Amino acid sequence: MSTTTANLLYLVTIVAFILALRFLSSPRHARLGVQIGAVGMLWAVIVTLSLDEVVTGYWWMAAGMAIGSIVGVVGARKVKMTAMPQMVALFNGVGGGAAALVSLVEFHTVWAASGDVGVERGVSTVFSALVGSISFAGSLVAFGKLQDLVSGRPITYPGQQVGNAILFLGSIGLGAAAMASVSFWLLAAAIVVAALFGIVFVLPIGGADMPVVISLLNAFTGLAAAATGFVLHSNVLIVSGMLVGASGTLLTTLMARAMNRSIANVLFGAFGKVDATAAAAAAGADGQTVRSASADDVAVMLAYARRVVFVPGYGLAVAQAQHDVRNLAELLEEKGVDVKYAIHPVAGRMPGHMNVLLAEANVPYDELVEMEQINPEFPQTDVSVVVGANDVVNPAARNQPGSPIYGMPILDVDKSQNVVVIKRSMSPGFAGIDNPLFYDPKTVMLFDDAKAAMEKLIASVKSV
Amino acid sequence: MPSQFIIELTVLVLAIFVGFEVISKVPTLLHTPLMSGTNAIHGIVIVGAIIVMGTPHPGLFMQILSFIAVVLASANVVGGFVVTDRMLEMFKKRPDERE
Repeated sequence: MSTTTANLLYLVTIVAFILALRFLSSPRHARLGVQIGAVGMLWAVIVTLSLDEVVTGYWWMAAGMAIGSIVGVVGARKVKMTAMPQMVALFNGVGGGAAALVSLVEFHTVWAASGDVGVERGVSTVFSALVGSISFAGSLVAFGKLQDLVSGRPITYPGQQVGNAILFLGSIGLGAAAMASVSFWLLAAAIVVAALFGIVFVLPIGGADMPVVISLLNAFTGLAAAATGFVLHSNVLIVSGMLVGASGTLLTTLMARAMNRSIANVLFGAFGKVDATAAAAAAGADGQTVRSASADDVAVMLAYARRVVFVPGYGLAVAQAQHDVRNLAELLEEKGVDVKYAIHPVAGRMPGHMNVLLAEANVPYDELVEMEQINPEFPQTDVSVVVGANDVVNPAARNQPGSPIYGMPILDVDKSQNVVVIKRSMSPGFAGIDNPLFYDPKTVMLFDDAKAAMEKLIASVKSV
Repeated sequence: MPSQFIIELTVLVLAIFVGFEVISKVPTLLHTPLMSGTNAIHGIVIVGAIIVMGTPHPGLFMQILSFIAVVLASANVVGGFVVTDRMLEMFKKRPDERE
């Protein structure tokens, strides 16, 4: 069929994708939405295969799709929910790599046929090649950092910013030269330099900031795919790519806001300044006392409470204690306690990650309450149980203007009647900031591993 | 500027607005599935991979590059959708008997 007919049939896919995202507005229909999206994708593949210009290479395609699908299915089935950010980074990277390669080959084909690609197509090709390549390399580094293959610490060296800028401008320069001289090899060189830039761009960013980076690179891959749409005159690529671009941009902004940092600070800050101030803040906390409690004490508090709110953090996921928290919550519910979970927007390692981890432990999603909804309820809460969270419940963010996290939206746990903090030791959280919540007279500390603590609490609550 | 380019640019701009509109309605609860779902959607680049693979090429090198593009894009599409579905399958409402 002609490109025009295909663009008409691609409308089905476009509608399917928009519906898929629309259905994600409620957990009840979300799964159906994703399935509609998958059908839309399959439709797009079938339409593309029937294009007039697709006349050869069927065996290669079949083999390539088989290999890609097997890798995709195995990866997607095997990955642990805690490792979801890495998985997203990896799938994002391969998408970017595919976009860059498509542009490169298309550039070569059109150039060989006509000797001139035209300004719009030329610019789109170079854009998609460069951005796809940055996304590919950057995502792989992000994957490496989250998977502990590369050091999660910010890697810095003298002249870093200048070096990065040179690589960035160099890739653009090579791309422009490739367009002007219609040279395949110059474009290939531009792609390689862009990949190098992608690597050095992500290296200085700390592991904890990776979610912002992944979200940004997700937007990049979307833009690269959209640009490929201009190269191939395909509406479905343009629309789908831009949907992803919009989504990635929005999520990046939301995450940065939830961490109280600008996107520029996340990308170029390398987190150096915070450490110094944090050390000063920690030193100032000397002389304050913490109250420590046994599992039995806490069990009594919980069993006789009317309302309990659990505040899970990434420490809970690391200890694999989601199921135990769920069991404890069920036990309390049987005793007539009203139980909820307060979820901070950056709890976990990517936006909404903690919700997925708790859903995996069969916690019904209507018990997961977002920050804005739960904060006014804390004064009526008898006991808040903080498990493996630290910075997101730090009242310093609200009342210590000198604190590095001042201004960050937090869960107002300190306003509840009693607070139980389950933590292995007094060590500060990832940001290295001391937490006044621990010294609050209403707070008791239960020093234990999250999983062990939950098991002890379950046993104690049963005997109350 | 050719009129086709203008039309494509119009589509692009409208798609940005549709994207922002639709995505701003997704609750934080579902932001991880949203991220991996949109991840699967940009796998639409598989359309481009099929086109470049299916167009006759003068050399083996171009074929190899296209082949790699097909592999990468398929992994992106299939992996993205499967993992998103797997996550959403876990989101369950409180069972009725406990209401």
